[in-house]
Amino acid sequence: MNLFLTIVLDGLIEASWLFVVALGLTLVFGVLKILNIAHGSFYALGAYVAATVVTLSAAHHLPPVAGFVAMLLTVAFIAGAVGVLLERGVLKMFYGRDEVILLLVTYAVFLILEDVTKLIWGVNPIYATQPYELFGNVAFAGLYYVGYDLMLIPAAAAIGFAVWFGLNRTILGKIVLAVIHNEEISLSMGVRVNRVYAAAFGFGVLLAATAGALTAPKISMQPGLSSDVIILSFAIVVIGGLGSVEGAAVGAILVGLARATAVHLMPQAELFVIYLIMAAVLMIRPEGLFKRDTARRI
Amino acid sequence: MRQWRLHPLAMVVPVIAATLAGRLLPTWTLSLATVAASNALVALGIVVLARTGNVSFGQGLFFAAGGYGVALVANAWGVTDAAVQMLIGAACGGLLGLLIGPLIARYSGIFFGMLTLALSMVFYGALMKSSALGGSDGFNVGRPTLLGIVFVDPREADFMLYGVSVITTGLAGIAAATLFRSEFGLVSLAVRENNLRVEYLGLSANRIIAANFAIAAAFAGASGAFALMAQRHIDPQFAYWTTSGEFVFIAVLAGYQSVMAVYVASLALELVRSFSNLYLPNTWQLVLGLFLLAVILFLPRGIGSLWAGRVGRRVAAEPVADDGGAP
Repeated sequence: MNLFLTIVLDGLIEASWLFVVALGLTLVFGVLKILNIAHGSFYALGAYVAATVVTLSAAHHLPPVAGFVAMLLTVAFIAGAVGVLLERGVLKMFYGRDEVILLLVTYAVFLILEDVTKLIWGVNPIYATQPYELFGNVAFAGLYYVGYDLMLIPAAAAIGFAVWFGLNRTILGKIVLAVIHNEEISLSMGVRVNRVYAAAFGFGVLLAATAGALTAPKISMQPGLSSDVIILSFAIVVIGGLGSVEGAAVGAILVGLARATAVHLMPQAELFVIYLIMAAVLMIRPEGLFKRDTARRI
Repeated sequence: MRQWRLHPLAMVVPVIAATLAGRLLPTWTLSLATVAASNALVALGIVVLARTGNVSFGQGLFFAAGGYGVALVANAWGVTDAAVQMLIGAACGGLLGLLIGPLIARYSGIFFGMLTLALSMVFYGALMKSSALGGSDGFNVGRPTLLGIVFVDPREADFMLYGVSVITTGLAGIAAATLFRSEFGLVSLAVRENNLRVEYLGLSANRIIAANFAIAAAFAGASGAFALMAQRHIDPQFAYWTTSGEFVFIAVLAGYQSVMAVYVASLALELVRSFSNLYLPNTWQLVLGLFLLAVILFLPRGIGSLWAGRVGRRVAAEPVADDGGAP
C-alpha cells in the first residue's frame, strides 16, 4: 500500500512539470502546426536563467521567497522575449513549407541554442537548491516528502486550468481556437493571425521555461538536459494527441506514473517503458488518445 | 527527359576515381571521407524513403541494429572481414526493416516520423540497460580485415576501410539511381503525391512504402557496420535521436533530386563539422545550425537543386500540401 502511494505521488510529481512542458509543445503545434524540437532548449533556458537568478539573490542575502519570485518573473520575461523574437525573426521565414522542413528548422534552432547555453553557462553542472527548502518537509500518510515537490502538483494543475479557461472561456482564447481550427477563415474574419502566431509561440516558450524554472531547484543543470526533456514531452503529446490540452494532461500523467512505476519496480526499464507506451498508443490510435476530427481530402 | 540524365552506371567512374584518390589524401581526410561516405549511405536510404512522402526520424534504430549485429557476430565467431561485416550489418538492418515496415507503413507525415523516433528510442532505452551489451558504455571490437589480409599499418587499414565504404556507398547510389528510374521508383513518387489514387489504380501503397522502408533500413544497417569498423567501438548513442536527426539533416541538405547531392551534402557536413571543431571548438553545433537554416532558406530543394535543374523540378516538385489523414 505504501509502495503504491509512493509510486502514485512520485508519478504525479513527475507528471506535473512534464505536463507544463508538454502543454507548451502542444499549444505551439496546435496554433503554428510546428512540432518544435527546440522546445527542450527553452526548458533548459528557463532552468539556467532560474539558477542564475537564484544564485544572485542568495549572494545578495535576499530571503528565499524573494529569490523564488524573482526567478519566476525573470524567466517569464526572458522566455517571452526569446519566443517572440525567434518566431518573428526566424520561424516566420519558413511558413508555408512542408511540416518536416519546419521540424528541421526547429532542429537547427535546437543545435544553435544548445551551444548558446554552453557559451553562457559553461559545461559544468550548475545548482540552484535554495528554493527547494522553501516549503519544508511534509509528512503524508506515513511518507516524508519535500514540500516543494508536492507543491508542483497544484502549481501544474493551476497552470493547466488557467490555459484551459483562457482558451475556452475568454475572447482571446476563442480567437486562438479559431486560428487553430482554420487560419485562412480567421484571417478573412479580421483576426491578426501573425500576432496570434507570435503570441502563441511566445507563450509556448514561456510554459517550457516556467517548467524549467520550477524544476531548477530539484535538478543539476548541464548539457544534454534539453534533448532528454524534448524526447519525454514528445512522447507525452504524441500519446495525448498533438494539439490537445486534455491529451497533454493525460499523457503527462501516464508517462509520470509509468516512469515512477518503472523506477520503483523495474529500474532497468525506466527509459524503455515510456517509448513502449508511446509506440503502443500510436499503433492503436495513431493520432493520440484525444484526437481532433479533421476532414480528409482526396 | 531521358537525354538530360546520364545512365546510372556512369557513376562507376567517379566511384573508382574517388577510391583511387584515397591513396593521395592525407590521413585525416581519409577518415573524414570514410565517415562522410558511411553517413551518406543512411541519408541515401532516407531519400529513398522520402520519395514515398515519409521521413524517418528513427534511422538510428537500424544504424545501431547493424552496428550491434556486426559487433556481436565479430566477437562471437571472429568474423573480421570488412565486406562480410558490411553484409551482416545490411542484413540485420534490412531484416528489422522488413519486420517494422509493414507495421509502420499505415502512418503518414508527422506520425510516421514520430513512430520511427519512438521505436529507435525504445531500442536506445533497451540498449542502455542491457548489461550483456555493455550498457551505456558499449563495447569494443577488433580491427577489420579484408579477404584474409590483416592490415598492420594504420594508414593501410584506414585506406582499406575508406575503399570498402566508398565502393559500397557508390554501389548503393547506383542501385538507388536505377531504382528511381524503374517502375517501382516512379510508383513510389506517386504514393507521395496521392496514396489513395495509387490504391485506386490497384497497387498497395503500404506495400510500396514498406519495401522502400526495408531498403532504407538495409542501407542504415550497412552504414552502422562501417561506423563500427571506423570507431572499433559501439555504444547506445548509435540509436539516440540526435544521431537520427543528423542523417535527416544530410538528406534535407541534399534535397530529394540527386543521388550525387547526398555525397556532397554528407561531405559538406563533415567538413563543416571538423573545421568548426578545429577553429570554434565549443560552437560547432551553432555553426551547423546556422548552416542548416541557410541551406533551407536559400536552397529550398537542397544542394542537389544547384545542378539537377528542371528535370528534377518536374518530378519532385513542391511538397504535397495534403498528406492524407495528418492534421
